[in-house]
Amino acid sequence: MKENLIKGSEIVCKALIKEGVDTVFGIPGGAILPLYGTLNKFPEIKHILTRHEQGACHAADGYSRTTGRVGVAFATSGPGATNLITGMATAMMDSVPLVAITGQVGRPAIGTDAFQETDITGATLPVTKHNYLVMKASEIGSVIHEAFHIARTGRPGPVLIDIPKDVFDELAEYDFSKDSKINLPGYNPYLKIDQSQIENSVKLINEAKKPIILAGHGVIISKAQKKLLDLAEKAQIPVVTTLLGISAFPEDHILSTGFPGMHGMAYASIALDEADLIIAIGSRFDDRIVGNAKRFGKNSKKIHIDIDPAEINKTVKIDAPVLGDINEVLELLNPKVDSQTHTEWLREVEHFKSEHPSLMIPESESLLGQQVIKTLSDLTDGSAVVCTGVGQHQMWAAQHYSFKKNSIWLSSGGLGTMGYEVPSAIGAQIGAPDKTVWSICGDGGFQMTVGELATVAENNLPIKYAILNNNHLGMITQWQDMFYNGQNMHETYTGNPDFVKLAEAYGIKGIRVEKQDDLERAIIEANNHDGPVVVDFVIEKVDYVFPMIPAGGSVDQLIEEEKK
Amino acid sequence: MSEGIHRRTIVALVHDKPGVLARISGLFRRRGVNIESLAVGHSEQMSFSRMTFVVGGAENSVKNISSQLNKLIDVVEASDISEKNIVWRELALIKVKCNESQRVEILELSKVFRVNVVDVGINNITFELAGGKSKIDSFIELLDQFGVIEVMRTGRIATLRGATKIGINDGEFSESYNSDIYIADKDASGSV
Repeated sequence: MKENLIKGSEIVCKALIKEGVDTVFGIPGGAILPLYGTLNKFPEIKHILTRHEQGACHAADGYSRTTGRVGVAFATSGPGATNLITGMATAMMDSVPLVAITGQVGRPAIGTDAFQETDITGATLPVTKHNYLVMKASEIGSVIHEAFHIARTGRPGPVLIDIPKDVFDELAEYDFSKDSKINLPGYNPYLKIDQSQIENSVKLINEAKKPIILAGHGVIISKAQKKLLDLAEKAQIPVVTTLLGISAFPEDHILSTGFPGMHGMAYASIALDEADLIIAIGSRFDDRIVGNAKRFGKNSKKIHIDIDPAEINKTVKIDAPVLGDINEVLELLNPKVDSQTHTEWLREVEHFKSEHPSLMIPESESLLGQQVIKTLSDLTDGSAVVCTGVGQHQMWAAQHYSFKKNSIWLSSGGLGTMGYEVPSAIGAQIGAPDKTVWSICGDGGFQMTVGELATVAENNLPIKYAILNNNHLGMITQWQDMFYNGQNMHETYTGNPDFVKLAEAYGIKGIRVEKQDDLERAIIEANNHDGPVVVDFVIEKVDYVFPMIPAGGSVDQLIEEEKK
Repeated sequence: MSEGIHRRTIVALVHDKPGVLARISGLFRRRGVNIESLAVGHSEQMSFSRMTFVVGGAENSVKNISSQLNKLIDVVEASDISEKNIVWRELALIKVKCNESQRVEILELSKVFRVNVVDVGINNITFELAGGKSKIDSFIELLDQFGVIEVMRTGRIATLRGATKIGINDGEFSESYNSDIYIADKDASGSV
């Protein structure tokens, strides 16, 4: 028996390899050093050294959203682990499967306020799907396999595994055939689809005169894009997506009707409101879409297809819930749905589109964020991997980039994490090495995680960063102007660095664009450059994102454009 | 009952290991649900405990809470049994001031309530009483004239009438999901 004993840290690596892990993102530190001490024995695992643990977590998130696999992050105890929290919360809100492994102080030191000790399982309870503190090396294997199972099944989410330093060094046996057996009574991610729920929703769909599909992130997670397209085409149902559902349905398709909500297209919000049936697929009726829940969809019945029972009736009353994996639900549902034309309704939707164009770019002497995105979309043929931060640039990207087949959209929708754009692009580029990755950044968010440019340079990742630089926290300016009597407080940056020189300091190509005439040339130059690029687009200082439905409002309060 | 507070009785079969209660109470806290009573004990199954909660809060939070509980990995099954046909009991230990001259009177009263005497001192007496909330409340009220020294209450434990049990692990999603649960008054004013 003795010869089968290996160190806990080796069990970690072996179990990760069994789970198909080829890349991890992280930073070493005292408590996790034993794990890093074993990594050289496992060349199958490539480690990307980030500059901050938040960056490691967002990079793992970007890797996961791009590949559909579980992203993995390493961090040490204390500050290393707490730095992961923003990344875990981001993944939790957007249902992204991650496994984070953190070092903990040695078992004898736990609970003594030891150096770099934090109760990270306690601290991450609300921002993880589940977490573990592993007190025996013999449990490491089964915990890791359980963690991956939990992270990627059902409604995916992040799982944290905290391992004390001395447990990494403890000897134990690892038996894959035994340790990979999952025994989790109480965790039943594979919902058996209730046939009567399918029948109920089919009936509503076949009877509806003005149906609309609201497609969310769940469609992408479940890889059900093709079945969504089949359903929409068969019954001729217009499709709006949620912010995170962007790229689930090709936007050059005639049935594509944009995205509704706070900064969505006016025609999408109007179509959603006018519909007599909303078919929500893998969406959770977020407040950015619903606004006033009492007023939302007052003309419609609602079907809600989702894998998470807790989302049914959470904010909006559902007439026909269907619980299950979207791909499986649509497999059963699509054949029962009648082929329809909905000619009148589609004509009405076309009318909304022409009456409320929503994506008009205003005339301007200076460069506008919208123009940058529009040109970027044209020059990448709408098929790039697009990462964003949070704010005006994010909304312009969602509005003006035309996501076609094979495009991938990464954005922090639920948590709204500024700074997500820089490290998530790292994970995205590593996950999709042959694709062009454009990270659309605000000058605010970019500076929150700018340190990761060093990671980009070190790994020579050919990411293109487009900073929409207005020297403002633009969305804050907009809200202060619109809702706080124009009292602009702390939304202007007067000390922004020269982003071109900053890029060059990292050994990265920097380009500045100040005029509309230089826009195309710069984007082509960046696309053609074999390596990372930072393009500093100096845009109009104060500009607003429209259309807009104020928070808690409804389509009745829709503001389509700035009042002159 | 203060206005706007909705109460639900929830029974859960959970793993019997450290940290499980913290996960559950943390969930209640962040969803704005107050635990009014909580009873925990071993179940008939090895390494599983059964918990009974009486929770209160805004209607939309409490009605959704059993679905949220079911998402916790350590919860085998949580069931909102508020509208089911259930039996529930609560146990109370009540210590009352009682001198020699009052003893006969107080014991006569206790007979009406079918109460057990578990301790008698020179100047005090302790009763054990099981029953519904109102029965216990009434008895305490009655004893008030003598001077109640201390009241210990377990909180409610509950079970479904009949042969059904909560936490049948058949690998399928079962009765804990209730499609009738609906939140009418979700107020959007809290959104940012």
